[in-house]
Amino acid sequence: MELRITNLAVARAGVPVLEGVSFALRPGQALVLRGPNGIGKTTLLRTVAGLQPALAGDIAVAAESVAYAAHADGVKATLTVTENLAFWAAAYGSGGVAAAMAAMDLASLADRRAGNLSAGQRRRLGLARLLVTGRPIWVMDEPTISLDAASVQLFAGVVRAHLADGGAALIATHIDLGLEAGVLDLTGHKAKPPAAGGRVGTFDEAFG
Amino acid sequence: MIALLIRDLRLAVRAGGGFGLGLAFFLLVAVIVPLGVGPEPATLAKISPGILWVGALLSCLLSLDRIFALDFEDGSLDLLATSPMPLEGVVTVKALAHWLVTGLPLVLVAPVLGLLLNLPGAGYAWLLASLALGTPALSVIGAFGAALTVGLKRGGLLMSLLVLPLYLPTLIFGAEVVRRGAQGLAVGTPLALLAGITAGSLALLPFAAAAAIRVNLR
Repeated sequence: MELRITNLAVARAGVPVLEGVSFALRPGQALVLRGPNGIGKTTLLRTVAGLQPALAGDIAVAAESVAYAAHADGVKATLTVTENLAFWAAAYGSGGVAAAMAAMDLASLADRRAGNLSAGQRRRLGLARLLVTGRPIWVMDEPTISLDAASVQLFAGVVRAHLADGGAALIATHIDLGLEAGVLDLTGHKAKPPAAGGRVGTFDEAFG
Repeated sequence: MIALLIRDLRLAVRAGGGFGLGLAFFLLVAVIVPLGVGPEPATLAKISPGILWVGALLSCLLSLDRIFALDFEDGSLDLLATSPMPLEGVVTVKALAHWLVTGLPLVLVAPVLGLLLNLPGAGYAWLLASLALGTPALSVIGAFGAALTVGLKRGGLLMSLLVLPLYLPTLIFGAEVVRRGAQGLAVGTPLALLAGITAGSLALLPFAAAAAIRVNLR
């Protein structure tokens, strides 16, 4: 259940943003991605999640082992908290809706429509989705946005429990979660412009 | 898959889901046309098959951009694409949900509107049959159009321009079935062609739509 990235280059809208990224993530490990805005953290995570192809390099990971949590929570406003989670649990063929709600402190909101939740509560619901996927490798994009300090601690505890359970986590974040995590600063991996001998982007977005 | 179908149906019938909009539009078209062309029963009887089919087609078109756009906006489409469900299956289920919410009610209410438009008595059975056979194609072709334009701001108009020409064969053969049925002629050929278009769309377009979504999510 290992995630191994070798010499990966990724592009956003046909423009190369990162190159030469290599790391390995073993069960029980977490890796925090850092770097300034626009460096390509989200693009890297989307590539790892399989939403877009890599420009070069290799992503070695067991099939169906990555759960992706994006900026947007994918929460349906007119469904209740329970209905939202139960859908994802069914989609992943897993269970544990009640346990996930308890872990993210959502039990008291179970029958509330997601549209009536606060931004932080909605974020907690979005993160609870990771728990019901039952997948070992969590790929998270700025998971703590709009969470208050107590919720950040709660979330850090959930990630810690997941790691202790043999899971792994790849997190793009700017705040310190207090995890025993490696840090990968992407600043040094910024793709060189073509003038400096860098890779030329593929403009054939659909089929490249 | 079943969970996705239930979720989409639930979203459609809850507040803001748009259930019934297409139906109301269909009703309005059927009421407005006699006001426009005059109340002569002979004229209405002649044009009613075409009007009913055009009305059903436009009602279907009205709700198409919701198939993927809402899921794209709130991030669900990314998550659906990374879930264990194959994207082709997601497209098929979403098209099915669209048909259950939009197409099926149109089929059921069409005979009543046929009455309003003075459809000849022999045509009712064929109206039901042709709509029941044809509207699934409208939903799945529409899902393909919605997949092509997902992610575009205000993509609804572009989608209509893309989808309407693709609807033409279904419209031509569907209306032809009703027209021939109403006049007591043989309907075998247009009915078979209509069924063929539906079967072909159902078999091929989910793959095309899934490919379009994958490109649009990059």
